[in-house]
Amino acid sequence: MADIIKTATRDAYGKALQELGEKNDKLIVLDADLAAATKTGMFKKAFPDRFIDCGIAEANMIGVAAGLAASGYTVFASSFAMFAAGRAFEQIRNTLGYPGINVKIGATHAGISVGEDGASHQCCEDIGLMRTIPGMTILNPADDIEARLAVLAAAESAGPVYMRFGRLAVPRVFDEDYKFEIGKGVYLNKGTDVTIIATGLLVERAIAAVELLKSRGISAALINMATIKPIDRDIILDAAKTTGCIVTAEEHNVIGGLGSAVAEVTAECCPVPVLRVGVEDTFGKSGPALELLEIFGLNAENIAAKAERAITLKNAR
Amino acid sequence: MDASTKKQLEVTAVKIRMGIIEGTYNAKSGHPGGSLSIAELLSYLYFKEMNIDPADPKKEDRDRFVLSKGHAAPALYAALANRGYFPVEDLKTLRKSDSYLQGHPNMNHVPGVDMSTGSLGQGVSAAVGFALASKLQGDKFRVYAVLGDGEIEEGQVWEAAMFAAAKHLNTLTVFVDNNNLQIDGTLEEVNSPYPIPEKFAAFGFNVIEIDGHDYDQIEAAVQAAKACADKPTAVIMKTVKGKGVSYMENAVNWHGAAPKEEQYHIAMDELNAALNALTA
Repeated sequence: MADIIKTATRDAYGKALQELGEKNDKLIVLDADLAAATKTGMFKKAFPDRFIDCGIAEANMIGVAAGLAASGYTVFASSFAMFAAGRAFEQIRNTLGYPGINVKIGATHAGISVGEDGASHQCCEDIGLMRTIPGMTILNPADDIEARLAVLAAAESAGPVYMRFGRLAVPRVFDEDYKFEIGKGVYLNKGTDVTIIATGLLVERAIAAVELLKSRGISAALINMATIKPIDRDIILDAAKTTGCIVTAEEHNVIGGLGSAVAEVTAECCPVPVLRVGVEDTFGKSGPALELLEIFGLNAENIAAKAERAITLKNAR
Repeated sequence: MDASTKKQLEVTAVKIRMGIIEGTYNAKSGHPGGSLSIAELLSYLYFKEMNIDPADPKKEDRDRFVLSKGHAAPALYAALANRGYFPVEDLKTLRKSDSYLQGHPNMNHVPGVDMSTGSLGQGVSAAVGFALASKLQGDKFRVYAVLGDGEIEEGQVWEAAMFAAAKHLNTLTVFVDNNNLQIDGTLEEVNSPYPIPEKFAAFGFNVIEIDGHDYDQIEAAVQAAKACADKPTAVIMKTVKGKGVSYMENAVNWHGAAPKEEQYHIAMDELNAALNALTA
């Protein structure tokens, strides 16, 4: 058996920026003193004249990005999710979102898999924050293949995009010929009893959950939902109708993220039980990333347990 | 500046002030005080200095203007309308639900507005971004931003200032409208940002202090900024909040209140008298 390829999505982000930089001389990358960690350092090395370090001043960075984009540049602005979506929320809302300015935010170190740095740096609120901004596109890729495609698609799209990447090296899920489209969920498995809708690093864990459920005689469908906004309503409704219950899985607070987005669609158009796997409205803590994912229940066993519970709720109706 | 040019600009400033009063009176809300204090500056920039074309508002090499103190939108709209970007008559639709003239500037709806602003401290960062774009294109255009003196209490202003100086953005000129009043009182009563020139100098700016109602001083400052090859420039303008309308001058309560009918007529009478005196 071939070795499983493990890559952090932030690495794929850095490589994709470099790839884009070779094709587009109007591409500018900004960072806030985290180029080594966000992996924009790869772009900096290749195109030093088109890399601008804004220093530890994220609010200003967003405004600078807006001015550059309004002058015709394609701008990627990077920091950790905590300081991009968190600290600069209002700058993103007012100076990018409201005018619909063409800036792409590359937010790395999202979720608790930041690990040892602990709760101050583990952003589990960013999707919720970004989702409330009208016109914002939110992409949360599952592996390096999808991260690269998401970056390329973001560069081609008009308007602000929030891209969420992780620090932790995660197993590759997709083949090289995987097709990515903004706004489209993708069935990774078809099933009849329950649908798991997963995003980001939970996709790989959801694949394991499907196997676990299969061993227990349960047929679970699996959807990869890399675009959180605009959410793919059609695939959610298809899942609700064909399996009658849903479990969502994400490395984010259960409030405001994928689970909320899915429940909003089903509640209005096809009410079915929706159970959420995520960070249970609590702060993270220090520890090795893989250990934290277990501690916070972001694993196959918890997804499978919630799937069984969702099926019970469905059958009790 | 020759006398006839100056007189033309003075006439324009009165027309801008009339637009401010018309807009805020019809809207029954808005910010006349801090709009009136920048009428001379806007008339100079839009009618004498900036490389712009109302027939081609998005032309690539145009000079950029960012109203970081976005609540002074009535002044910007009046300047743009009088410059020919849209009908002066439209100023009366300010803040109406069916108008494109939003309470704070929107770059997508108003011809001539280069950046959406309104949340204090943010516009100046976008202006810095414009200046960076200009530098990347060989100093292709100049960038002007107007900040309120209360606005500079926002920390983001100093992030922007630090960055502009560190990156040698010499095409950037920021004006601080130092009328010494913010919503809750005088600057000292609220949270003093003084001394302002020393702060910008410490952040690495070329600093010029002027009377913001004096065209010769405005022109000298702008030309000195253009001559400064390695630093951004901060022009600290002493101004009178509510300038040109007697009962609004230096009165803090006119920061964010609109004239009622009687007050509207008094203001317009005063401005008409000023216009007549200039054109007699």
